[in-house]
Amino acid sequence: MAETVLLEGNAAVAFALKQVNPDVVAAYPITPATEVVQEFSNYVANGEVDTEFVAVESEHSAMSACIGASCAGARVMTGTSSQGLALMWEMLYIASSLRRPIVMAVANRALSGNINIHCDHSDAMGARDSGWIQLFCENTQGIYDTTIQAVRVAENTNVQLPVMVCYDGFVISHAVEVVDILSDAEVRQFIGPFEPVAPLLDIRNPKTIGPLDLQDYYFEHKRNQAEVYKNVEAVVEDVGEAFGKLSGRQYGVVDAYRLEDAEVGIVLLGSTAGTAKDVVDSMRAKGHKVGLLSIRMFVPFPVDKIVGAIQHLKCIGVMDRHAALGSYGAPLFTAVRSALYGKTTVPVLNFMYGLGGREITMAEIEGIFTTLETTAAEGVKGEGIYWIGVRE
Amino acid sequence: MKIKPGAGWKDLPAGGFINEPATALEFHTGDWRAMRPVWHEDKCIQCLQCWVYCPDSAVIVRDQKVCGPNLDYCKGCGICAKVCPPKEKAITMIREGEEG
Repeated sequence: MAETVLLEGNAAVAFALKQVNPDVVAAYPITPATEVVQEFSNYVANGEVDTEFVAVESEHSAMSACIGASCAGARVMTGTSSQGLALMWEMLYIASSLRRPIVMAVANRALSGNINIHCDHSDAMGARDSGWIQLFCENTQGIYDTTIQAVRVAENTNVQLPVMVCYDGFVISHAVEVVDILSDAEVRQFIGPFEPVAPLLDIRNPKTIGPLDLQDYYFEHKRNQAEVYKNVEAVVEDVGEAFGKLSGRQYGVVDAYRLEDAEVGIVLLGSTAGTAKDVVDSMRAKGHKVGLLSIRMFVPFPVDKIVGAIQHLKCIGVMDRHAALGSYGAPLFTAVRSALYGKTTVPVLNFMYGLGGREITMAEIEGIFTTLETTAAEGVKGEGIYWIGVRE
Repeated sequence: MKIKPGAGWKDLPAGGFINEPATALEFHTGDWRAMRPVWHEDKCIQCLQCWVYCPDSAVIVRDQKVCGPNLDYCKGCGICAKVCPPKEKAITMIREGEEG
């Protein structure tokens, strides 16, 4: 039975966790993901879940406990943000290398310094190569829906990888929105019972997990792991489609908005998609052929879906909420432009925006579309990398 | 799933797991040995000092009698030769590759 409730983004995660009822949650609170842990610990204290909640002393310990519990054979979930994710860094790689189907909510927040608690994507971008699947959410409904789907994606026998559910800190982690929820029974039926693959506590089949792995085999193990990411896109799409049948809300790996007949388009991640869709509508009303590609699955990067959606454009703008210091453009830009290599020769521009929670306005996004239209007509001026909304 | 030596990436278990016990037995830790113990049976008085002191449990004993070093696991540290009674010198160390 569908029900409509008011939830802020973090509460939507906690509510989804409650419905999933995982075996173990090991977490350490950090702004702006604190309420995930806070609300979920209320469910634990009230006896509304069966979860073993491990209150750890740091995020490094949180992820370590998650990995240990997962290896033992538990369904495991957690949540963090920014410095917390950074502190987990070495454990993130171990979680993915050991193929642990852990689901983690990540309220995206800037990395220090200086100290900042507000939204940008530098935490998730730092973990880009850690082997975790990264799904980005546009709004609170997306967080709720994606958290539930992430469990089924992670645990799929062709995947068995950890998943980060990324959502913009404060922008949606603390925004109260109307959310359609499923019943506990629907959620549990959708994710199915947990069937651990090769659990350590299966003592009839003794095994070694995480042994020393030197010149002889490490390379082969990495190559072996790399192959699994080819399975992920189809599984995310299948799960998104199945979720659509259950809830009426369909999900894919990308969300293309008014791109079919567009001449210029923006590619981005996260909550700014909502603002940009309004800009697309208002500019379309004025006769501008503009469109938007919001990427839901950033890792593994769905190359064909992205290229197919934008290769017909005359100019493409990639918005990164992260400054890759010293690099030639930020991660989403380099990934998109690299994917387009050989497919199109149109200009691809990079727009850095919103660092440390800096507001991105509709006027600024309209300005980006105008820059794309001008570049399509007149060619690239300068290095093609722009900083939006920063004081000169 | 048995991992064969020299297995390619397609033949490895997911997650780098080793899905069977006691595989350390197959890891021949003696293969980088520089010096090799040579046991002289005719001089051995069966005091078992080498068996007691060997840090790698690489002295083979059958029916309470020393039968020589297990060269699969002997790292060539020379402790056995050192503790062998000086009058007997039943164990001597030679460079790996030389004839004993």
